[in-house]
Amino acid sequence: MYNFEFTKPTSIADAVAALADEDAQALGGGQTLIPTMKQRLAMPGTLVSLTGIAEMKGVCRDGDSLAIGGATTHATVAAEAGDYPGLAAMAAHIGDPAVRNRGTIGGSLANNDPSACYPCAALASGATIVTNTREIAADDYFQGLFTTALEEGEIIINVKFPIPEKSNYQKFVQPASRFALVGVMVAKYADGVRVAVTGASEEGVFRWTAAEEALSANFSADAIAGLSVDADGMIGDLHGTPEYRAHLIGVMTKRAVAAAA
Amino acid sequence: MPKDSGIGASSKRREDVRFLTGNGNYTDDHSMQGEAHAVMVRSNVAHGKILSIDTSAVENMPGVLAVFTGEDFVEVGGNPAGWLIHSRDGEPMREPKRPVLAHGKVRHVGDAYAAIIAETVQQGRDAAEALAAATEIEELPAVVNMAAAVANADNRVHDEIPDNLCFDWGWIEDNRDAVDQALKDAPHVTTLELVNNRLVPNAMEPRSSIGEYYSSDDSYKLTTTSQNPHLTKLLVCAFVLGIPEHKMTVVAPDVGGGFGSKIYHYGEEALVLVAAKKLRRPVRWTAERSESFLSDAHGRDHVTTIEVGATLDGEILAIRTNTLANVGAYLSNFSTATPTFLHGTLMAGPYKVPHVYVNLKAVFTNTAPVDAYRGAGRPEATYSIERAVDKMARELKLDPVEVRRKNLLTPDQFPYTTPVALVYDTGNYQATLDKALELADYAGFEARAAESKSRGKLRGMGLSTWIEACGIAPSHLVGQLGSRVGLYDAATVRVNATGSISVMVGAHSHGQGHETVFAQIVADKLGIDEGAVDIVHGDTSKIPFGMGSYGSRSLAVCGSAMDRAMDKIIAKGKKIAAHMLEASEGDIVFEDGSFKVEGTDKAKAFGEIAFAAYVPHNYPLEEVEPGLEETAFYDPNNFTYPAGAYLCEVEVDPDTGVVEVVAFTCADDFGNVMNPMIVEGQVHGGVVQGIGQAMIENTTYDENGQLMSGSYMDYAMPRADDVPMITVDHSCATPCTHNPLGVKGCGEAGAIGSPPALVNAVIDALNRGGHDVAHIDMPVTPSRVWSAMNG
Repeated sequence: MYNFEFTKPTSIADAVAALADEDAQALGGGQTLIPTMKQRLAMPGTLVSLTGIAEMKGVCRDGDSLAIGGATTHATVAAEAGDYPGLAAMAAHIGDPAVRNRGTIGGSLANNDPSACYPCAALASGATIVTNTREIAADDYFQGLFTTALEEGEIIINVKFPIPEKSNYQKFVQPASRFALVGVMVAKYADGVRVAVTGASEEGVFRWTAAEEALSANFSADAIAGLSVDADGMIGDLHGTPEYRAHLIGVMTKRAVAAAA
Repeated sequence: MPKDSGIGASSKRREDVRFLTGNGNYTDDHSMQGEAHAVMVRSNVAHGKILSIDTSAVENMPGVLAVFTGEDFVEVGGNPAGWLIHSRDGEPMREPKRPVLAHGKVRHVGDAYAAIIAETVQQGRDAAEALAAATEIEELPAVVNMAAAVANADNRVHDEIPDNLCFDWGWIEDNRDAVDQALKDAPHVTTLELVNNRLVPNAMEPRSSIGEYYSSDDSYKLTTTSQNPHLTKLLVCAFVLGIPEHKMTVVAPDVGGGFGSKIYHYGEEALVLVAAKKLRRPVRWTAERSESFLSDAHGRDHVTTIEVGATLDGEILAIRTNTLANVGAYLSNFSTATPTFLHGTLMAGPYKVPHVYVNLKAVFTNTAPVDAYRGAGRPEATYSIERAVDKMARELKLDPVEVRRKNLLTPDQFPYTTPVALVYDTGNYQATLDKALELADYAGFEARAAESKSRGKLRGMGLSTWIEACGIAPSHLVGQLGSRVGLYDAATVRVNATGSISVMVGAHSHGQGHETVFAQIVADKLGIDEGAVDIVHGDTSKIPFGMGSYGSRSLAVCGSAMDRAMDKIIAKGKKIAAHMLEASEGDIVFEDGSFKVEGTDKAKAFGEIAFAAYVPHNYPLEEVEPGLEETAFYDPNNFTYPAGAYLCEVEVDPDTGVVEVVAFTCADDFGNVMNPMIVEGQVHGGVVQGIGQAMIENTTYDENGQLMSGSYMDYAMPRADDVPMITVDHSCATPCTHNPLGVKGCGEAGAIGSPPALVNAVIDALNRGGHDVAHIDMPVTPSRVWSAMNG
């Protein structure tokens, strides 16, 4: 690890000001950034911790949505997002207890790891990512591996999740990292079903629109029995071929539909 | 009634108190006054010519005390191979020098070509990064694939070795023609090509070494993570640095797991000693986990074709194997013994096979050195045999249990000389097979399979009847076969004046529980309380010259030395007692901790004799010396042969290819069992490692020699939720016939017997589900299983 400065502002304004410095880097729970720094693969001049800002923490009900502060840990979401049980269950199975008690939703969404769980939940929920400057629809937010619509210095203040009628997240874990080899979130809303897939595509989290159409017409596993995902563009690595990942998307989607509550 | 102390009792592991309360005394826990830190500079290319290293770029960086490169070690010796193998044509193996730091060329990713000594680790890392930037390495094509390595003479790991071949070994060469003929004549021949996947050892404690130099008497001390401190001392003194052994102490304190990887001497150990002398300061080095992945000696990595000739009713007529064994970029200390005398000699398995021939080519590649890893050669042999026998049974539509029963040696056939030159002294393979079938409720399998099917799962059962050879010996024989070391062990039993006992042993515990078990044995034999016995190990200034712990040898070899030393104690005690009791020595018997005059009530307690030995007022000084301390060296006259039967039951999810191990049953014959709880723990650990190898551990280098599974993000280790409860039985014991304790060794069994049982179970499940799958290479990942099912 290289030397760096550390600051922990207590207001969004102070955080934004601190991040204006060219070498500054926002720090959520540090579950990705700190290991990266330990390996000397990142050398921010200043780390700006976002975990001291009270208004960025916690889960609150806002009409038909849940608003979750950007600095809220996975453990808190698991414990307090009971109004959206599919989301709470997803958060309860991210990483291990240490990760869940440190890692934050804002950190996960800002990083947009192609195998992470939260991008899948946000996309499947049609969530809105609220930053210090604007609101970004999930459909516009995720822009490929580790790439998002966030500008330099832009902070995720909170994330608004419309609460579905039914939902479920199925994660097929990669045996070493236990990130998603393939993760599928299915969320059924009054105006249709959304299906998001993480871990599988070389372009990051994506919506499986063919399944969404079929499930919107008939929300049952049988409705997608004839559908398949093209292996082209799927990730192939030590843990699974593109064909295998494409196949798993179908299996996990069916299981998510069957388990949706 | 279970015993509550002594031999056969499940005494709780006394060492666990300090391990579990954070009071373990590991190498990196040793903090030295004035210490400096070594940071290794490692190659990030697999193969390259070092053009220049500009040390001046870093010498003035903050905290930098010294910079070493390969040039500094040109004059010292190389780290040697411990076993000389001769090729089939009689030529000795090729032994390229393994230098302390790479010189001229780097040969694998992680090959250290320089080292920084700095005031702090952080400063050392800064300088290491700067030195890497100031080094010019011309990248050369990497030799990774073994078949390509031996086929392409232009692409050489070592310039002087044109075909990248270390040796081409035949065992036994005289069997070759008969095996060829037997296979030609056999009514059925099963052929199987398989990969025994490379494993990263992943000891919980990374390697760590601290060098100290004392100018007062020109002596050195090396504190290091070693399974065999005396061997490390011999290697670093006599072979590498040329330091007289009386000027060197090697201490291996608590060591957090080795699995073989800490048997070997590594360059970092020599480096910290040389640096300590140069700087007149202690120098420490501790591997980061990434360094462990890149630079610890890996395990396994064989590609084998096995042919089994059989009658149509499953009687094995001949076995022939052809193997490419990866030794990596350099020869690690036991890398030539492991694939040969710990592998080829086991190729008859527990079966009566008339003809066996093994050909094995050891191949240099631009990868980390490969050496012994839990089981060491024997898992590779067992996997080949047990997979092939299973495949033969399937091809001939025979019951895999009955095929094994037909071929297993029977108790009346011992001692049995195999066609590959081992002499199995004793065993009862039918008993362990029957026990495993009973404990696993083999009879109820079909009902369980039907129940699984009703849930959409494919259930399968896999069997492995395995044998291994532990306590490698005797020295005079292994010497003839090329071993460059003896394979005895040693123990000193020091009875203190008040009757408590310190036992200094050559074996080294790095998790096994010697401090507990060895004390049980001493207490049992001398009739004293276990708490009055302490076991001392790991410090060459205290212990006799023993060979350390590997190959499940500690109890069979060092335990025997300890037993012999106690015999001497008792014999001397009898002389002292005879004098004190005014009786003839021949009338003295030792029982229940007392020396008694046979047939009388006259007796002296063990403690009284000890006290008399140290306060020899009433003492036979003309006949025996004062004191009560004896040393014995024990050189076994044969290997020991643990054996057993393992049954694995799996459920395969046909939708995903996920394999769940739902039951695992082990019936082992370890001979006499000293501490059942520890034996069971050893089997649990071994089976879990075997399940790890069979299901998830996947060491992969890409075509450029980059380690793709170089961290826990990609290298999967088995976790508690990957394994079922494991049923362990060791009641079918046939005591070893040639060591005093009748023990055989249990440390590696689980890792040897389990992988084929698991893969056999997966193949069984798939075939029962209508999938005509003959073989899947380890690890049987979900992706591989699904691909096999879907053609």
